[in-house]
Amino acid sequence: MAQIKATNLNIGYDNNVVAKNLCFEINKGDYVCVVGENGSGKSTLIKTLLGLLPKLGGNFEFAEGLQKTGIGYLPQRTDFQKDFPASVKEIVLSGCLANKKFKVFYSKKDKILAEENMRHLEIFDLKNKPFSVLSGGQQQRVLLARALCSTKDLLVLDEPVSGLDTISTHEMYDVLKKLNQSGITIIMVSHDLNSVTKFASHILHIGKDVFFGTAKGYEQTPQFKKLVEQGGHNNGH
Amino acid sequence: MDISFWDIICQDYVIIALVVVLLTALCSSLFGVTLVLKRFSYIGDGLSHAAFGVMAVAAVLNLSNSLWLTLPITIVVAIILLCGGPNSKIKGDASIAIISVSALAIGYVLMNVFGTSPNVSGDICSALFGSMSIVNMGTTELFVAIGLSVFVLVVFVLLYHKIFAITFDENFAKATGTKTKVLQVLMAIVLAVLIVLAMKLVGSLLVSALIIFPALSAMRIFKSFLGVTIASSIIGVCCAFVGFLLAVLIPSLPVGATIVLVNLVSFGIFSCIAAFAKKAA
Repeated sequence: MAQIKATNLNIGYDNNVVAKNLCFEINKGDYVCVVGENGSGKSTLIKTLLGLLPKLGGNFEFAEGLQKTGIGYLPQRTDFQKDFPASVKEIVLSGCLANKKFKVFYSKKDKILAEENMRHLEIFDLKNKPFSVLSGGQQQRVLLARALCSTKDLLVLDEPVSGLDTISTHEMYDVLKKLNQSGITIIMVSHDLNSVTKFASHILHIGKDVFFGTAKGYEQTPQFKKLVEQGGHNNGH
Repeated sequence: MDISFWDIICQDYVIIALVVVLLTALCSSLFGVTLVLKRFSYIGDGLSHAAFGVMAVAAVLNLSNSLWLTLPITIVVAIILLCGGPNSKIKGDASIAIISVSALAIGYVLMNVFGTSPNVSGDICSALFGSMSIVNMGTTELFVAIGLSVFVLVVFVLLYHKIFAITFDENFAKATGTKTKVLQVLMAIVLAVLIVLAMKLVGSLLVSALIIFPALSAMRIFKSFLGVTIASSIIGVCCAFVGFLLAVLIPSLPVGATIVLVNLVSFGIFSCIAAFAKKAA
């Protein structure tokens, strides 16, 4: 059974429909990239799936049990305050709060999980550093570690590499690839068409002409060619 | 001199007042961290003006204890303001301004027109800037203050991690199953309680100083949430203690405003230390 299944889903803000009639089916282990022009509703789709925005029509459902284990979410980096006083450890641990009913202290298990994820993403040495002094790539890995504390199944990422330098971007893609190979489903909004077609198993293109299918098939579509021509976010072929 | 100073300090009413002052300062500075980081400082300000309006109504109605009117109404206003949603940010700003100035005007008019007390302007002054003397704090006020403070402290300790999560990243918290709406309402209630509690002491115009100064001072130097929270509460309590002692020693000093000024001085000191530390690094 599909992990997420959407039928004729309409999304948007404040009753303004941005994209409509989205149909897609995401299975466990898929690596789905959401692409489209600016303002086509990519982030809106993510926020709707996460329950941050109400859907404006149609339907989508999660596989049973998915919501219990939780969804890992990596928001856009622009959403954060620069001067927020928080250590790396505090932020990663906060991912362990997901779906817990009530909890005054973190359990031993939470702390071990957070430590594992920090080691895995090579930020364990930074655990007592303030978030605000880290580089963009390090901050993204902290937020990814937090997301991993809240899920074992599904990661949802909103432009994880925007604003990162080339090296950090590559590292980010490597990490995501490994996570995907370990069985975690990935849904990612991206502007970076090269990498999208290289790493993703499926593409969801939203805009005037909706496309959902394999990454191979997407490269043959007029939507892909149009996005490449516009080239604004395509970092050279 | 020493003996007479201790004589003053050891009076019952002084100790009661001191306890109330320290508890109020502790609670305000704890929640101040979240309120400052969530950019809610201005809501506290608007809310305290609304509370002034309600207090005026209570005075006109000749209620023996204005708390039973101010507390519930302030809570309702806080929920409306805080849970109005981020979608209407500009409208939210404006609505806070409208509520706060209207409440001030209504309060002032009511107290002047219907005020039964022989010293109306004195009453208004103490509502705006806090009581001139600490003598009028009785044991009832002590128990109310203790009760409210305990409520605020318990909420804070039990929900510390959730408070951190929604302060740092509300969307993530919501997406991963935290009931952000419930927490928001709870925060609104706590904020209203804090304001009602602190208003007695520093008056409605100075309330937000007690909430934001310790947090801002702590944030100059400490960079983790736990560090800032602990530092903020220590700074808040120390400033309140020093301000209180000064006001006891020098009778012409008003308690509330003195505490606020001590907070201002400590903010200056912490800013300087942070600036030097930056240069040295």
